[in-house]
Amino acid sequence: MSFSVEEAFETAGMILFHNFDIRAVTLGVNLKDLVRPDAAELAGLAHERLAGLGARLKAEAEAVSQDLGLPIVNKRLSITPAAWLIEPCPEPDAPLVLAQALDRAASEAGVDFIGGFGALVQKAMTAADCRLMEALPECLSRTNRICGFLNLASTAAGMNLDAVARLGQILKAMAATSDDALACAKFVAFANAPEDNPFMAGAFHGGGEGDVALNVGISGPGVVRAVVEKYPDCDLTMLSEVIRRTVFKITRAGELVGRELARRLGVAFGVVDISLAPTTMVGDSVGRILQAMGLEQVGAPGTTAALALLIDAVKRGGAMASGHVGGLSGTFIPVSEDLAMIEAVECGALSLEKLEAMTAVCSVGLDMFAVPGDTPAHALAAIIADELAIGMVNHKTTGVRVIPAPGRVPGDAVDFGGLLGRAPIMPVNRFSGERFIARGGRLPAPAGALRN
Amino acid sequence: MDKERVLVVVIGGDQKGIIARVSTLLFQHGANIEDVQQKVMDGTFVMNMLVDISDCDSGPAGLRRDLDHLGQTMGLTVMVHSESVVKAMHRV
Repeated sequence: MSFSVEEAFETAGMILFHNFDIRAVTLGVNLKDLVRPDAAELAGLAHERLAGLGARLKAEAEAVSQDLGLPIVNKRLSITPAAWLIEPCPEPDAPLVLAQALDRAASEAGVDFIGGFGALVQKAMTAADCRLMEALPECLSRTNRICGFLNLASTAAGMNLDAVARLGQILKAMAATSDDALACAKFVAFANAPEDNPFMAGAFHGGGEGDVALNVGISGPGVVRAVVEKYPDCDLTMLSEVIRRTVFKITRAGELVGRELARRLGVAFGVVDISLAPTTMVGDSVGRILQAMGLEQVGAPGTTAALALLIDAVKRGGAMASGHVGGLSGTFIPVSEDLAMIEAVECGALSLEKLEAMTAVCSVGLDMFAVPGDTPAHALAAIIADELAIGMVNHKTTGVRVIPAPGRVPGDAVDFGGLLGRAPIMPVNRFSGERFIARGGRLPAPAGALRN
Repeated sequence: MDKERVLVVVIGGDQKGIIARVSTLLFQHGANIEDVQQKVMDGTFVMNMLVDISDCDSGPAGLRRDLDHLGQTMGLTVMVHSESVVKAMHRV
């Protein structure tokens, strides 16, 4: 088989000029069999398993990257939701003991993060769920590589408003106990959280998964932007077509990497998550795709429609290319991790309300955005409730990763550096939803959930 | 045994000796060139070689390292992809 110069140049150029890479290979690991009524013993066993699997993942991922000639950026682990693991442990500090052991395992193995330090509380909470949730500020601020999550709503169960209200207060504590509220950047509140998501901070290895599964997150906003820029005047039907073709190609490469890595590790291949995930590198931006489509800035009228077209084209191209598309599979629009999004907030084009509207057609919701440090807990809870309601009613995943940055006001920014980027402070509507949040209880599941 | 093939893609300014020097290096590694195509695209020289590296002593990593070095001395970018990647992306 021979390949044309154009085909060879296209493949090489995606990596050379447009930041195409396999963003994350994430090994989901079941730890349920390690549950013990002794936190130290549980932590020791979890450490041993994860340090070993993590080191193998890192070594094999680097070998596959070399052999195939495709960059693999992040190597990660996800685990059984930690609340299930600490259930029989009587020690008050069981969550912290486990978190610190996981953190050591990640560090020793050389993996970026371990996800899954969380609980599924969409309907109600067990005692273990409560303990884990209350321990989140300490666990996430005293570790470096642990990511936490809570699933607080689902289309089938409705929304646990008691937990959402409490989370508002816990987020304030998380912000207060870590530098620049960094702990908040390692935590996601979800509706309809997928059990096989390879992306942090929300990855976990769900109850329906096997012992070990490899999930792959591909990425290529720069590649899609480049192809959109090549067609500055075509109509939207044609634009959808060219995006689909490109996403098909990058997804095929992602699937190949995933299958080969799973084969070498001797584990099951899970899913390809076809999400477009931006980074702060110039050009590697979802916002720039929207601008290339014809928007002056992200947030301008037309933004939600443009994003809807983009995400649909991504899904069509990706679904054709992979037998097992899963995880979040959409388009990430984090503020701090995307230069065009940062620019849009700073120039006044993008408000929190417009960002929320965008998430109605997007996958991951309100991601990596910062609000003033004095934002009350009930306002954080209400922002989360709004976002999770969009997911709950529309049968889709939504999430919130909010940074209430201590001491910061609109006009300031909080700079995490690296992959987490820089978040300009977004103003929050000054009118209160406190009484609504204080009602607590459970938001009923939407009538549309009754499908049986 | 199935052949192990890579696609060597050379990108940069046109100059004398590109094919000669890349081919010589591939020969020294025990690689067999099965197909060569080249073109100037938007003023940039692009060449792709489909190369069988089944008998290549140093494997794709060693070949890539030496091709990288050659590329640097000639002011060219050299990418090495597994054939399986390019096939997955461009053939259904």
